[in-house]
Amino acid sequence: MADTQRNVEAAKTRLDSISLPYGGWTAEARAAALARLQSQGLPGRRDEYWRYTRPDTLTAATAPTAVPEQHDEDGVFDHLDALKIVFVDGVFDPQASDDLRLEGITLERLAATAEFDIHWAKPIYGILEMAGQTPVARPLASFNTAQARDGVLIDVKSTPSRPVSVIYRHMDANSDVTLHHVVKVGEGATFELLESGAAAARFNHVLEVDIADRGQFHHVRAQGPDLGCQLVTHLFTRLGTESVFKSFTLGANGLLTRNECVIELTGDDAVAHVAGAAIGDGDFHHDDTVFITHDALRCESRQVFKKVLRNGAVGVFQGKILVKKDAQKTDGYQISQSLLLDGDSQFLAKPELEIYADDVVCSHGSTSGAIDEDALFYLRARGIPVDVATDLLTLAFLAEALHEIESDSLSSAVGECLEVWLAQRRS
Amino acid sequence: MLEIKDLKASLADEDKQILKGVNLTVEAGKVHAIMGPNGSGKSTLSYVLSGKDGYEVTGGSVALDGKDILEMEPEERAAEGLFLAFQYPIEIPGVGNMVFMRTAVNAQRKARGEDEMSATEFLKVVRARAKTLKIDADMLKRPVNVGFSGGEKKRNEILQMAMLEPKMCILDETDSGLDVDAMKLVAEGVNALRDEGRAFLVITHYQRLLDHIKPDLVHIMADGRIIKTGGPELALEVEQNGYADILAEVA
Repeated sequence: MADTQRNVEAAKTRLDSISLPYGGWTAEARAAALARLQSQGLPGRRDEYWRYTRPDTLTAATAPTAVPEQHDEDGVFDHLDALKIVFVDGVFDPQASDDLRLEGITLERLAATAEFDIHWAKPIYGILEMAGQTPVARPLASFNTAQARDGVLIDVKSTPSRPVSVIYRHMDANSDVTLHHVVKVGEGATFELLESGAAAARFNHVLEVDIADRGQFHHVRAQGPDLGCQLVTHLFTRLGTESVFKSFTLGANGLLTRNECVIELTGDDAVAHVAGAAIGDGDFHHDDTVFITHDALRCESRQVFKKVLRNGAVGVFQGKILVKKDAQKTDGYQISQSLLLDGDSQFLAKPELEIYADDVVCSHGSTSGAIDEDALFYLRARGIPVDVATDLLTLAFLAEALHEIESDSLSSAVGECLEVWLAQRRS
Repeated sequence: MLEIKDLKASLADEDKQILKGVNLTVEAGKVHAIMGPNGSGKSTLSYVLSGKDGYEVTGGSVALDGKDILEMEPEERAAEGLFLAFQYPIEIPGVGNMVFMRTAVNAQRKARGEDEMSATEFLKVVRARAKTLKIDADMLKRPVNVGFSGGEKKRNEILQMAMLEPKMCILDETDSGLDVDAMKLVAEGVNALRDEGRAFLVITHYQRLLDHIKPDLVHIMADGRIIKTGGPELALEVEQNGYADILAEVA
């Protein structure tokens, strides 16, 4: 186990070089996370869970430089009526943010509560993350819990009138940012969370979402389109009875992205959908890693991931459905598909089903393909130039993932954003 | 309008010659029909004219209004006014029929340096033209040809033709897979577009379509060449006697 030793050494070296926060209501969770990280070690390139994605740049002592890009267009969700919270290179920007008050919810920043001894988020912060560490270790999430100094804490007691939109801005070529968010969705409440923008040169993001019975959580995020950024995100969620979780992520470029989503269906008749659409061109490595545990009756889970790749871009999908012994009548489905626009790009998929209940419906599918030449000719024969026709077919390919977005206005906002990004790439 | 001279083409992969010197001139305002036995090269001619990949032109020329089109991309040929109604229209899941048609109309306008059509203007025109082809609003909203019946796909082709207003229309076995009523509807759609400035090349197996779309000239194609040209009565002769007599005659 020389590699484990090496990983543990790497963690020690890395931890020696940084200072960790001290005290407050998160102290216990941070101490536990620190201990976890010290025994897990940082991910190494020989770890099975990192087989398709090299973690080196995510674990290195200093973040690789990423020059911020200027984008003329507004952010994806800027025009929507939402409460805006802006972080510039991980630092809260009070001028650009709205007043953090919205009826039905309590909205705080982790940094502003750091000194408190007690807090409502204590039973969640680092706790869902810890639960998601078995059976597979997620050291970068432990690292996040141990060192995060800011993030948003949202307690949803009743359905608010509008969504909360977290906007990330990247200005500093050397920024290395850790943010940790907690959302608690109360019984019967519905909450929409939006996230958009490139956050930093390197960004470690954790979002923990605890959904009570009959609660609904809708999450839409758009990462990018900056080229040079490194990004690792972990989304941990626990679902109560008849609750709903839906999360969609749009990814565009970025040097390295690893999005992990760990879902635990603990209440009967709950529904969890996680979806993603990614477009990558050139130096682009995009990894979606999903782990869904069915631990209750009649729950439904969906994983729908689509990636469009060209010029050597690499897409990865690791998706697992675990159905525990008593999770009868489980309905689980996963699909991962790639559209390879040239011969240089690759898509690596590892679908996994592990089922211990005997009365379930679970299926998975994965495909890789090129643009349909007949469809392309049909469009061109009607006068549509080849690049526009290719974009039309690309959007058509991604449409199934976009359908997973519950709100029509958000779905079209994401669709329009994709069109703009594709058009920019053309010009 | 369309001038095909000694056109020779083979399959790019197989080095098998399919068109062996096609000569054909279609004047503006005219309807020409091409009939011929299976494997005579009719569909290949339509693909070579519209610029599909997989065919290699080994000789001859094709001019549309005096412009050589063989070096043009398919979309450039379309913008020049060439239209192919497909024998098997392609289903494109995820692309809305309306978006597809508007993108096509405006791409062609842009290529010709004309003003693009606004969404509302387009909607008005497409609704009116769809109505005469009995294409309902639902078909316009659905993805291109997905879940369409054979007849609906062919009517959708004619609707695209009506929207794009091409100069030179090639109809590749537009009657295949249609029942009598559907064929009539399609033919009416085509006839409505007949115009002094527009020409048609109708490729068909059966004379019946030509009862509805009356041709000025009928060409018989066999083994990669036009072997006989005549009036509409030539189509009747084929219907009654098959191709054997004609083939024997020229052999």
